[in-house]
Amino acid sequence: MLKTFSKGGVHPPEKKITSNKNIVNIELPKQVTILLNQNLGAPSKSIVKASDKVKVGQKIAEAGGFVSANIHSSVSGTVVKIDKVPDASGYKRDAIIINVEGDEWDESIDKSTELKAEITLTPEEIINKIQEMGIVGLGGATFPTHVKLKVPQGYKAEYLIINAVECEPFLTSDHQLMLEKTEQIIVGTKILMKALGVNKAFIGIENNKPDAIKLLTEKLTQKQDNSIEVVALKVKYPQGGEKQLIKAITGREVPSGGLPIYVGCVVQNVGTAFAVYEAVQHNKPLFERVVTLTGTNVPNPGNYLLRIGTPLLHFIEQTGGLPENIQKIVNGGPMMGKAIYDISMPVTKGTSGILYFDNSDSKRKTSQPCIRCAKCVNVCPQGLEPYQIMNFAERKQWQEAEVNHNLDCIECGSCSYVCPASRPLLDYIRLGKQNVAAIIKARTVK
Amino acid sequence: MDNKLVVSQSPHIQTTDNIQKIMLAVIIALFPTTLFSFYLFGIKAVMVVAVAIGSAILFEWLTAKYILKRSSTVWDLSAIVTGLLLALNVPSNLPIWMLLIGTFVAIVVVKLTFGGLGQNIFNPAIAARIFLLISFPVQMTSWPVPFQKSLSMFDAVTGATSLGIMKEGLKNGEQISQIMDKIPSHLEMFYGIMGGSIGEVSALLIILGGIYLIVRKVITWHIPVSVLGAVALFSALMWTINPNKYPDPLFELLTGGLMLGAFFMATDYTTSPMSKSGQIVFGIAIGMLTLIIRYWGAYPEGISFAILIMNSFVPLINKGFKPKLFGALKKKKN
Repeated sequence: MLKTFSKGGVHPPEKKITSNKNIVNIELPKQVTILLNQNLGAPSKSIVKASDKVKVGQKIAEAGGFVSANIHSSVSGTVVKIDKVPDASGYKRDAIIINVEGDEWDESIDKSTELKAEITLTPEEIINKIQEMGIVGLGGATFPTHVKLKVPQGYKAEYLIINAVECEPFLTSDHQLMLEKTEQIIVGTKILMKALGVNKAFIGIENNKPDAIKLLTEKLTQKQDNSIEVVALKVKYPQGGEKQLIKAITGREVPSGGLPIYVGCVVQNVGTAFAVYEAVQHNKPLFERVVTLTGTNVPNPGNYLLRIGTPLLHFIEQTGGLPENIQKIVNGGPMMGKAIYDISMPVTKGTSGILYFDNSDSKRKTSQPCIRCAKCVNVCPQGLEPYQIMNFAERKQWQEAEVNHNLDCIECGSCSYVCPASRPLLDYIRLGKQNVAAIIKARTVK
Repeated sequence: MDNKLVVSQSPHIQTTDNIQKIMLAVIIALFPTTLFSFYLFGIKAVMVVAVAIGSAILFEWLTAKYILKRSSTVWDLSAIVTGLLLALNVPSNLPIWMLLIGTFVAIVVVKLTFGGLGQNIFNPAIAARIFLLISFPVQMTSWPVPFQKSLSMFDAVTGATSLGIMKEGLKNGEQISQIMDKIPSHLEMFYGIMGGSIGEVSALLIILGGIYLIVRKVITWHIPVSVLGAVALFSALMWTINPNKYPDPLFELLTGGLMLGAFFMATDYTTSPMSKSGQIVFGIAIGMLTLIIRYWGAYPEGISFAILIMNSFVPLINKGFKPKLFGALKKKKN
């Protein structure tokens, strides 16, 4: 029996049409737009001005606080201006716009492709390096990585868990990275283990990626390395959720409202582990990432290496343009990704996939009255009653919503996915979350 | 860019399942037992099923159009399920006008008055069956003997069900072993070669339909297993205490409407609890109440009453039995 989390979950059609497609570079754009809020937490602060010359990998924005990250230029050229541009949600945000001239990398970056396995830095130096290089969680949540590595007082990390689950349908960027950068990921994992001071790491991979499981296991067996264990997991969404993954691998349950470190675990995405390898061993800041282009009627689906700040429009043009019947484009996976408002928006550190939907599946089905089938209750991985929280949110009964653990929702969308009456459960639960959080905040201020 | 993009919140994909498909699955699951009843009770069973379904659709459509003045919900197929379930819960020689009163009560009074599918407190088919049983006790308990070729509504040879014979026998002070000689064998009961309501006789075919619903993920095992488990355990206990007064567990499981009730009536979405723990409590209570009525009540069969009673407890069960919150137990540090 393969391991998995115990409560709820769904299994949407996997549709991994881009699996085993090699990571491909695309032509550099003429101009990049580097948003200043690319991470969870405070936005970064620009340290360049118009007409400054920048190189690839040069720091152009500093972290705006502890929970924030540095940003580095992804291209060489001239800063045109710092302006407000629409982000994925359509809100205008500050961004640095750079005209691309050539591709000159900062001298400090080691561009060699050979594997550097020896870890010379101390744990503290590793964390500082990761912070300096602007590494954030690449699974989509973009939480600054150095914050997760600084274990709060009174807690001890026991296990590092590498999240290579990629439970979202369609997405394959992590899968392909594991196939092409296997050794680097193992070294990245080692670096993270050293930074945390743990002796054991697990790499959790769903069983629909048997080649990646086999490859990683083989490499680790060759090295006779028992400190890292590859764990094959049953295919079930949302296994990539931190709490679900910890439960699946260690059997431990992160307490409600708590952090993974409360049960001795730190979870990092596999893409992050690779970025950490490049940052620590090759001095390379996070300025590019693998993005899966997929969906319905995509001219050239595949896994592409994109510089951060590449306008989506450029990416779309380079990959064969947008077919006429595409009505929706999603940034991320189909379960948790964000529908894009404007295709002039740039690729950010959190862009794991670009998904096309044609007119047959871009709109939701009409919502009908609840038939109380309890399917939403059965699939909720957090043990909530989505139908009820929705009812409370609809009637603005925020206190009732709070008592019914509205804030424990991880927004995985399983409830909305499974509802046979197509009810917008998660929309209302999100509304409830915002209001309940605001009420709690107001309460603590008093 | 001239054509605008659709923007909506995640998730961007939805299951292909819908209410209509779920109701269709229930109808398919009831096919075997329905067809078997046609074979067993002949053209009269066909008529009862056809009239019940037809009138249920008609009542649903008329009420939506002329009284509620809202778009019709006939296409969600739930009216067909209700009509079919009611038909399967009455004897095949029930006069048609009584049947029409039954579907009217089910669709208009019990279902639509409360707001339609998803809003009703009581299971429409069960409530209507009980309404008919109390209003027309004679006609509702005259069970035609299987394999009669007569087309007439009035001259069918009728007999009591096994449960009725058992109840009567025990009242007259007979021993269980004597009574058992007068009723079909356990194997005959399992196959369904006996009198009874149209769709309740064959345990085998009902279980098959139930398994289909579980595999098709329309229902989960929790309610049927806890109903049947409670009946099996409770009756085993009583049988052990006094085998002369209480029939064996297999008899209790295979007779009456228990199987149909456990798989198809107690599992009705709207009138059963939402959490798995609540469903188990609900199921156990139904099983216990069924036996209590069978042992000590006035009626030989108790499953309908048990379900109806427990329907009214569903809001309370939903309050008391919530699913277990992830991470609720181990609140170590804050």
